[in-house]
Amino acid sequence: MTALVLENIHKSFGAVDVLKGISLTVEPGEFIVFVGPSGCGKSTLLRTIAGLDDASSGSIRIGGRDVTNLPPAKRGIAMVFQSYALYPHLDVEGNMSLGLRQAGEDRKIISERVDVAAKMLSLTTYLKRRPSELSGGQRQRVAIGRAIVRKPELFLFDEPLSNLDAALRMATRVEIARLHRQLGASMVYVTHDQTEAMTLADRIVVLRDGKIEQIGSPMALYNDPDNQFVAGFLGAPSMNFLTAAPLGAPGTTLGIRPEHLTVAAKGRITGTITHVERLGGDTNLLVNTDRGETITVRLFGQHPHQVDETVALDFDNRHAYSFDLDGMRLRS
Amino acid sequence: MNRARHNPLNSAASHAVLILYTIIALFPVFVILVNSFKTRRAIFSEPLTLPTGDAFSLIGYQTVMKQGDFFLYFQNSVIVTVASLFFILLFGAMAAFALSEYRFRGNMLMGLYLALGIMIPIRIGTVAILQMMVASGLVNTLTALILVYTAQGLPLAVFILSEFMRQVSDDLKNAGRIDGMSEYSIFFKLVLPLVRPSMATVAVFNMIPIWNDLWFPLILASGEKTKTLTLGSQVFIGQFVTDWNAVLSALSLAILPVLVLYTIFSRQLIRGITSGAVK
Repeated sequence: MTALVLENIHKSFGAVDVLKGISLTVEPGEFIVFVGPSGCGKSTLLRTIAGLDDASSGSIRIGGRDVTNLPPAKRGIAMVFQSYALYPHLDVEGNMSLGLRQAGEDRKIISERVDVAAKMLSLTTYLKRRPSELSGGQRQRVAIGRAIVRKPELFLFDEPLSNLDAALRMATRVEIARLHRQLGASMVYVTHDQTEAMTLADRIVVLRDGKIEQIGSPMALYNDPDNQFVAGFLGAPSMNFLTAAPLGAPGTTLGIRPEHLTVAAKGRITGTITHVERLGGDTNLLVNTDRGETITVRLFGQHPHQVDETVALDFDNRHAYSFDLDGMRLRS
Repeated sequence: MNRARHNPLNSAASHAVLILYTIIALFPVFVILVNSFKTRRAIFSEPLTLPTGDAFSLIGYQTVMKQGDFFLYFQNSVIVTVASLFFILLFGAMAAFALSEYRFRGNMLMGLYLALGIMIPIRIGTVAILQMMVASGLVNTLTALILVYTAQGLPLAVFILSEFMRQVSDDLKNAGRIDGMSEYSIFFKLVLPLVRPSMATVAVFNMIPIWNDLWFPLILASGEKTKTLTLGSQVFIGQFVTDWNAVLSALSLAILPVLVLYTIFSRQLIRGITSGAVK
């Protein structure tokens, strides 16, 4: 049995097509991340799965049931929102138990499940507090707890970490990964942050303009992108795209990741350093090439390069990607 | 920290302006209250002095109490005002929720149509309203007044509330939907508590004109049983002789309930439970 099946989902607001034929199958226990630039339709797709928006056409099956025409509460899903969306008038316990109480669940079962979730998220001491008395990280944990308590067939996360500061974001990311292992539940997660996508996902779905560009495991997408968009979207700093012809490569564009470029005594590319970023562990060089292109070089460790220095760069052909005029990958 | 806020000169100046405004605003109320406790002679000879010694008299209040039906008028006014406010807030909030939350054909037109009432005074339709009330047998009932005031208050209520409801987070409403709440419980349990301050604003805006209105009680409900306080007080104002003691006493008493209602609503104005709901 599959956790989620999307078949040819279309969605349009008036004349604007937001989703253009999305098909996807999610296996039980899988962690799927939708990633893409803003406006690519990833949030709309999530809301369509949740039933908050209706699809214009296509069908949605969750846990083998056709839920295309069911209201959100009947779809067996739970959702965690970017803005937490906690009920301000209820305490933590009330927030977590509301869904079950609406479903008419037995009181004993409710309090058991709330206890388990609270323990999992170390919220036990906060059960009687209102959302306004909690910090941002605690609020997001309550929102996650509210989802866990419902024991859904599918968890939906809508950019849950965007409102947290950097340190908390990392901690909560680890927490979500741990919960996924612990619960073994199927999860769909939307983000525009590629670090979250790379670290959390079993499979990443890269979306652009309402269409799926590529689906695959993080490393598969990173090492073997189907097209220029996916290649440029994943990885930080992002891939350099150079005109292929002068380098003797096939296709129109040659893509090389910053970490695959090396400073050499004699290289195929020469240029002037315009900026140096020293991060301690890495050193990033911005180089203006003789052909007027700007490229980023990522060197491991600390290097004494200076601005205005002339450098020669080289790369391994095995780590270069060729793309044709339409941005499609040319595999040799 | 804002430096201007801690500058004593600025602070003194703003307090001076506020105090001056308070004095101007409270002066008429003060004159009415003070003179309601005076003899008729004292009202006219020294209208601004305090009611002390010979000048002190409760004759005005005695006249008002003896007039018998005063408490009935009072009760009528309270019923009409409270019931109208209740319906304005209930239906206004419901319409505002529908307009701000749901996308449907004619949404914009419906909003404009409801806003039209802000620009066209309801009194223009008095004759038609009277005809309708006569036809439906509602003349000389409090229901007639409540209906008219509800209609009068709705446009502004819908306009203000729909603006505020648009600001209630969509995520919160969607979280409710996923938890299986009906649209009604989302409206009553999630949205209404969050727009409570704006409801209080609407209530205060509507309360005073309704309480003070003379026009519709005079036309639609001038019977002895349905007179409101404002209309009832008119018995003391004659064409040739006016019983000023009684008029001032009646007015002083009429201020009280408005003060009480205002205190209730203004507390809501200040209280905000929104913090912590979102973000």
